[in-house]
Amino acid sequence: MTSSNAPFALNERPEINPVFLFRWEEQEQAYLLLYPEGIIKLNDSAGNILKLCDGERTIETIVAELKVLFGNDNIEGDVYNFMEVAHGKGWITAKA
Amino acid sequence: MGKGGSQLKLDGDGKPLWLVLELTYRCPLKCPWCNNPLDYDEIRNELTTDEWKRVLRDARKIGSLQLGFSGGEPMLRPDLEELVEEGDKLGYYTNLITSGMGLTKERLIELKRCGLKQIQLSLQHSNKKKNDVMVGVESFDEKMSVIEEIKSQGFPVVLNVPLSRYNVDAVDDIIDMAARTGVEYIEFANIQYYNWALLNRAALLPTIEQIEYAEERVNRARERLGKSLTIYFVVPDYFDGRPKACMNGWGAIHLTIAPDGSALPCQEAQVLDGVEFPNVRDHDLGWIWHQSPAFEMYRGNSWMKKPCVDCDEKEKDFGGCRCQAYLLTGDATNTDPACSKSRHFDIIQSAVEAARINQMPQMPLVMRSRGAINGKMKLIKP
Ligand SMILES: C[S@@+](CC[C@H](N)C(=O)[O-])C[C@H]1O[C@@H](n2cnc3c(N)ncnc32)[C@H](O)[C@@H]1O
Ligand code: SF4
Ligand code: SF4
Repeated sequence: MTSSNAPFALNERPEINPVFLFRWEEQEQAYLLLYPEGIIKLNDSAGNILKLCDGERTIETIVAELKVLFGNDNIEGDVYNFMEVAHGKGWITAKA
Repeated sequence: MGKGGSQLKLDGDGKPLWLVLELTYRCPLKCPWCNNPLDYDEIRNELTTDEWKRVLRDARKIGSLQLGFSGGEPMLRPDLEELVEEGDKLGYYTNLITSGMGLTKERLIELKRCGLKQIQLSLQHSNKKKNDVMVGVESFDEKMSVIEEIKSQGFPVVLNVPLSRYNVDAVDDIIDMAARTGVEYIEFANIQYYNWALLNRAALLPTIEQIEYAEERVNRARERLGKSLTIYFVVPDYFDGRPKACMNGWGAIHLTIAPDGSALPCQEAQVLDGVEFPNVRDHDLGWIWHQSPAFEMYRGNSWMKKPCVDCDEKEKDFGGCRCQAYLLTGDATNTDPACSKSRHFDIIQSAVEAARINQMPQMPLVMRSRGAINGKMKLIKP
């Protein structure tokens, strides 16, 4: 995405910024984001959202999958909020 | 699903999250601020490839996640690629910390294949002549082409620029060069005054005005460049009235292994005379980290004296740096003299004052080199 503050559109495919390494860490029982200057331990929901940001799935698909995963139909707002934060921090970028 | 997604920063939780392997102290450059030991040349028995691999495995078991290959110049180790590959396989985020000397295209390609994630490259000046004089070796052209090659191989880059009075004038140009070449991060590093840097402090320490100038240029650039380039700049402890939260506390999250296998809570720790640092050749790394006397020595607060022990900032800075306290006051359990509450604060203040009058160009600099100083001469304690 070129304009840095534009909100995500449903047909965009977010992916993890290649500067970051995203993976499950057994010892922490959590997903981590590792980057040059630090380590972020993600909570369960954040980890599950980022796991789906693979550059293949669209926002629409991600939200649909998360609804099933969390057994909750009212999560759009939360997911978008998180994605905006994650985008603002440079963790994810999106391509159309 | 509760709160959308608050992220937790890892506080360490008693694990050595950051592991730095100083593969060698050998180096082709002669930086007079180098934080390697003054007697680096006497340390010859570097760990073997297999010994380093064992360190990598053992450190993962006790929770290490971030891995830095440093030195000296890590490119001098022909087994670097093999160690990166092992580190990557074990799940580390692998960083290479290098001067760039010897980082050829072939090695970059191989490092990429082995899973290297990121490269930190040290640079001194945007002007070739000045850069080369500062490190005592012709190196600017090689560093510039290495930066380009690193970018074309697709690695994220951190430029590390240790700031002294010899390069405050280069802040703007270095930022522009970084933005032009696609570098992601610049760290204008405070020179930490240990070893060669302490030896040369009178010649290196900038004035407050120079620091303020550098900070102002950095802030301008941040406004101009936005998110494309992240610039780290922290006001040095000498000018701040408060010490740095050194290593996030002794034995808290950081583990350095020196070339000969000595395990250190920080890479400067060998300046503490009389502390025996355990060696990975002789001891289990889990024992070293969790139980060895050297790692327990300044862990937590129990070693603290006044004013730190009564101070409500002790959870923030842990009383500062033990090495700086030892080197400047003679006692590692003293408050770091960079703190305005320390009764030794005048030591720092006088160095800062002296920086104003020591600004002549002919100030002597002792370049890092073999035999430049006599490592065997020890002071006799009064
Ligand atoms: C000691 S060097 C070893 C790796 C390699 N030779 C290099 O220059 O990157 C590691 C990093 O420490 C920085 N450095 C060296 N001496 C320092 C000092 N006294 N204070 C702060 N940083 C220093 C260097 O700029 C470099 O980024
Ligand atoms: S700081 Fe300079 S002298 Fe020291 S190891 Fe790095 S390149 Fe070599
Ligand atoms: S007195 Fe000690 S704990 Fe308090 S601010 Fe100074 S160094 Fe930190």
